[in-house]
Amino acid sequence: MTTRRDIRARRAFWSRIAYHGVGIGTAFFFLAPFLVSFLASFRSNKENGLPPLPPWPTSGISIDAYRALDGFGSGVWQHTVNSLVVSFGTVVLTVAVSVLAGYGFSRYRFPLKNALFVLIIATLMIPFQSILTPLFIILAKLGLNNSLFGLMLIYVTLQLPFSVFMMRNAFDAVPKEIEEAARIDGARDLKLLVRVLMPLVMPGVATVSIFAFLNAWNEFLAALVLLSSNENYTLPVLMTAVRAGRLGSINWGAVQAGVTVMVVPCLFVFLLLQRYYMRGLMAGAVK
Amino acid sequence: MTMPIAASRPPRARRRKRNRSGLAGLLYIAPAMALVTVFFVIPVLFTLWMSFHRWPLLGAPRWIGLGNYTRMLTDARFFTALGFTAHYTVVVTIAIFAVAFPLAFFVEKQRPFVSAYRTIIFLPVVVGLASASLLWVWLANVDSGLFAPLFQALGLTNGRVNLLATFDMAFLTIIVMVVWKIAGFTMIILLTGLQAIPAELTEAARIDGARRWQRFRYLTLPLMRRTLALALILSITGSILAFDQFYIMTSGGPQNRMISVVYYIFNQSFVSFNLGYGAALSIALLAILVAISIVQLWLLKVGDDRP
Repeated sequence: MTTRRDIRARRAFWSRIAYHGVGIGTAFFFLAPFLVSFLASFRSNKENGLPPLPPWPTSGISIDAYRALDGFGSGVWQHTVNSLVVSFGTVVLTVAVSVLAGYGFSRYRFPLKNALFVLIIATLMIPFQSILTPLFIILAKLGLNNSLFGLMLIYVTLQLPFSVFMMRNAFDAVPKEIEEAARIDGARDLKLLVRVLMPLVMPGVATVSIFAFLNAWNEFLAALVLLSSNENYTLPVLMTAVRAGRLGSINWGAVQAGVTVMVVPCLFVFLLLQRYYMRGLMAGAVK
Repeated sequence: MTMPIAASRPPRARRRKRNRSGLAGLLYIAPAMALVTVFFVIPVLFTLWMSFHRWPLLGAPRWIGLGNYTRMLTDARFFTALGFTAHYTVVVTIAIFAVAFPLAFFVEKQRPFVSAYRTIIFLPVVVGLASASLLWVWLANVDSGLFAPLFQALGLTNGRVNLLATFDMAFLTIIVMVVWKIAGFTMIILLTGLQAIPAELTEAARIDGARRWQRFRYLTLPLMRRTLALALILSITGSILAFDQFYIMTSGGPQNRMISVVYYIFNQSFVSFNLGYGAALSIALLAILVAISIVQLWLLKVGDDRP
């Protein structure tokens, strides 16, 4: 005998099935391109020009694709190191500059304070794509054209509006009493900032770092314009050479391998520090 | 430095303390200000200055007044680029919202696995647009990619269709790629707006007999105005600046019909080396985006005024 409770339970069951059916389908659509590329990058030379049906290697796992990728530019290691240097350099400089500025804006009073803060935030309104030419010329004047350090400085500047905003809020949330107590104990200025306050604003630092890393690792246009010699290319710029191919034929295995090399660190960092990433996103969205 | 000591001690000490603290504050923000000045303020002014010159890569720049701007007004290719960018912006924004809005509702309530769905849908957001373009240009390749052989195997098409050969199909492919890449971001933004709506309100409307569509139209949408404006503006400004996907996926597309504004500026400045003209085009782009930002501030304000 089917009671009303049975009917309701059955309906809930089917709605749950439908919900997760849609969920799994959607998740598959968003995940599949990564999986296909990742699996396909381990196919051998014989296979990697063929359609990825099925995507996984059918004649044994091979690293032919990565060897092919290594044949471009100055070798994939060199370019990965370039990308890592630029990304970590950007993270370190962004954290240093934005912690100092966030502390200054949060704790001190000085003339034009609000105007300067608005100036930093207002740079968000202007796309850096529109000032690439002068950046190119200014870096050349500073002797930093075609240098990873020059590129790093640009990336740090691009990160500043978000990072300074985040760090100011982080310092605003630290009670003044802690600082006063530390001052009485004899800590002051930079020592106070590094030893006492830094641990308290670590979540903010994590958020700033992850955004700086991902943006520097992924940036393409500025790197394409500002880096002119082969051995300095970051990974995305190297990949344009792979994409262009040689003698009219493209080594798709190298493309799959390159995509894997570029994507895996991003996904890894995101999954590891997801909490801090989302916090930054919310701060940006609520602002 | 040394000022005549006339005042009594306490006020002077206070003043000196405030001055020192002001100086210290400026010291803390100095590195940030230096970077913003050298790599932002000066370049913006410099772009303006360059835009009044004929500025070749080698040789002396020459002042030509508004020459670059009058050239812009008669540059058919620039207006084609502008038109294409506008077209792309409208289509991709509609597509992103059409996908992201249902997704936001889908992942709104706490249920088992919901956070896993959120994370997976968000994954493409954190990879670069360049990586995503590269991945999809392979997937869309007619001989070695996934889509053409897959569609053929499924019997959807007769033979293999080259998705990137015609404008319409290439455009569609890029739209799908960008939706895949960005929808998760818009979804999260919309989700914050959805979750800010008090559950009691929706409950009350339900009890009053409002149907699902009515609740959405007369309750959810108006209450989400600020979030919607934000998501809309982020999507629009991002799309206007599109470059990577066209450069990597179609190299400007069939018959050069996929040249976006940034791509055109890139071509003028760094391929043809008309740096002055490129600067004038940049100023035009900058003006468009600042105008949009002002509209954004106004939209968000309007959201504030009405409850």
